[in-house]
Amino acid sequence: MMARQHILKAVAIAASLAAIVAFGVTANNYILQAGTTLAMSIVLALAWNLVGGYMGYPSFATAALFGLGAYAGGIAQTAGAPIALAWLVAAAAGTVFAGLLGSVLLRLRGHYFAIGTIAIVEVMREISNNWEALTGGAVGLNVPIVTGSARDVGLLFYFIMWGLAAAALLITSIVAASKFGFSLQCIRQNEPAASMVGIDVFKTKCAAFMLSGAIASTAGAIYASMVAFIEPKDAFNVLLSIEVPVMVMLGGAGTVLGPVAGATVYVVLKELVWVNFINFHSAILGIIIIAVVYVLPGGVLRLIDALWRKRPAAPQPRHAK
Amino acid sequence: MIAQYVVNGILIGSLYACLAVGFSLIYGVLNIINVMHGSFVVLGAYTTIYGSQVLGLHPLLAALLGAAVMFVFGYLIQRLLINEVVTAPIFISFTLTFGLDLLINNAMIQAFTATPRSLVLDYGSVSIGGVSISVARLGAMGLALVLTGFLYWLLRHSQMGRAIIAVRMDHQAASFLGIRVNRIYALTFGIGALMAAAAGGAMAVVYPITPLLSGVFLGKAFVICVLGGLGSVPGALVGGIALGLLESFGAVVFGSQWSTTVGFALMILVLMVRPSGLVGRKGYE
Repeated sequence: MMARQHILKAVAIAASLAAIVAFGVTANNYILQAGTTLAMSIVLALAWNLVGGYMGYPSFATAALFGLGAYAGGIAQTAGAPIALAWLVAAAAGTVFAGLLGSVLLRLRGHYFAIGTIAIVEVMREISNNWEALTGGAVGLNVPIVTGSARDVGLLFYFIMWGLAAAALLITSIVAASKFGFSLQCIRQNEPAASMVGIDVFKTKCAAFMLSGAIASTAGAIYASMVAFIEPKDAFNVLLSIEVPVMVMLGGAGTVLGPVAGATVYVVLKELVWVNFINFHSAILGIIIIAVVYVLPGGVLRLIDALWRKRPAAPQPRHAK
Repeated sequence: MIAQYVVNGILIGSLYACLAVGFSLIYGVLNIINVMHGSFVVLGAYTTIYGSQVLGLHPLLAALLGAAVMFVFGYLIQRLLINEVVTAPIFISFTLTFGLDLLINNAMIQAFTATPRSLVLDYGSVSIGGVSISVARLGAMGLALVLTGFLYWLLRHSQMGRAIIAVRMDHQAASFLGIRVNRIYALTFGIGALMAAAAGGAMAVVYPITPLLSGVFLGKAFVICVLGGLGSVPGALVGGIALGLLESFGAVVFGSQWSTTVGFALMILVLMVRPSGLVGRKGYE
C-alpha cells in the first residue's frame, strides 16, 4: 500500500515536471507570461497558506511582503548587486521585516489582525511613494534589465519562478508533516489550549510569519527583475492581498496542494476574464470571489475528494474568530 | 493660525465621525468588516450631487433623500447576501464584502467615470475672531453632527435602538427575548449605509469626489473605529475629531502626503496599547 502510494507520488511529480517543461518550450510569449504568473501565484498562495491556512490568522499582508521584496531586490540591483545576491537580500529583508511586523501584529486577534495587516500595505505604499531618494517615488524604479532575446529571458524567468514554486511546495509539505506544522494547527484550533500544552505560541506564530514573508519577498524580487520596472501602486496593491487568500480558499486552506489547485483555477479564470471583459474585469473578479465564498468555502480539493470517495466533505479549517 | 487649524480639524472631524459611526455599528453588531462602506460614502456623495445639480433639489434634501435610498439598499444587501455569512469566520465575510465592493466600484466607475465631481455651494462665509468658515461647510458639519446625535438618541432611547444594543451584547439571549435578530442585523446594516451616504453628501461639499476615493474613506473608517473604540457612537465622535485634528496638524508637521501613514501609525499604536479604544469600555473590543 505504502509502496504504491510512493510510486503514484513519483509519477505525479514526474508528470507535473514534464508538463511544466513542455508548456514552457511550446508556449508563445504571451502564454509563457501567463505560465510565469501562475507559478508566482502558486508561490504567494503557498506563502499565505502557512499563516492563513495552517495557523488560521487572516493575513492581508501579502502585498506588503511581496512589494517589500520587489523594492529590496530592485534597490539592491540598482546599487550594483548581482541578480542572485539581490534576491537573497530580498529574502533576508522579507524575513526580518516579517519578524518585526509579526512581533507587533501577531499580538492582535481576528478583525484587528486583519485591519493591521491591511494598514501595513497602505503605509508601505505611501512610504515608497514619498521616499524618493530610495525608491524613486511615484515615478517608479527602473531595475537593470536582463539582457538576451525576449524569448530566452521569458523562459529563464518561467523556470526560475517554477523552481521557487517547487521550493515553496517542498517547504509546505515539510512543515505539514513536522511538529512545527502541528503546532500551527493547534494554534488555529485553540490558542490558549496550544499554549497550555507547552507550545511557545508567540514564537511559533512569528516563525510562520517570517517563513511566509521570506517566500513572498523572494517572489517579489524575482518579479521586479523580470518586469525591470516597479512602482508603488503596482508593488503594494491591496488587490493582491485579497486575491491570494481567495486562491487558497478556492483550493482549500490548510492543505499542501490546495493553494496549488486554487491558484491554477483562479489564474485560468482571470486570464479568460481579462481577455474578454477588459472594462469589467474587477466586477467579474468580484463575482468570482462572491461565488467562491458561497459555493466553495472548503475549496475545490475537498469537493473533488468528497465526490471521489462518496463521503461527506471533511470539516473545514476554522479561522481565528 | 492655530485656531484655524483647530476649526478645520473639528469641521472635517465631524464629517469623519458621521462616516465612521455606521461602520462601527455594523462592526459591533454584526461582527463584520464592511469593505463596501467607502463605496456607500461615494454613492451618497453622488446621489447628493445629482439630486441637487440635475433634479434641482435643495442640497440638504438631496443628501437626506440619498441617505434614505442607501438605507433601503443596505437593508436589502444584508437581507439577501450578507445574512448568509453572518456566522461564518470573519475572513469569509470580509472577503465577501470585498468581492461585492469590487462589483459596486466597477459599476460606479462605468456610471460616473473617474473624473472628480464636487458640489459647489456658495453661501458666503462667516468670520469669528480671525477664523473664517464657509457657511456651506458649516452646514455639512451640522448635518453630520445632527445625524450622529440622532443615531445616539435612537440607540439609547428608542425600542429599536435598545434591540440593536441587545443584539450587540448577546445575540442568542436577544433572540430568546423575542427580538428578531435577522431583522435587527438588516436594520443595522441599513442604518450603517444611511450614515455613510449622509457623510458622503456632506463630504461632497468639502472635497471633489470620485469612485476611486472609496478605499480612502474605508481606511479612515478603520482608523476612527480603532481610535475611538468599537461599536460606540461617542467613540466614533471622539475618534473622528481626533483624526480630523491629527490630519489638520499632521499636514503642517509632516506634509499632507504622509496623512495615511500618520493615521495608520497612530491606529497601530492604539491597537497595541489600548485595543478597546480611547473611550471604549473593556469587553467591546
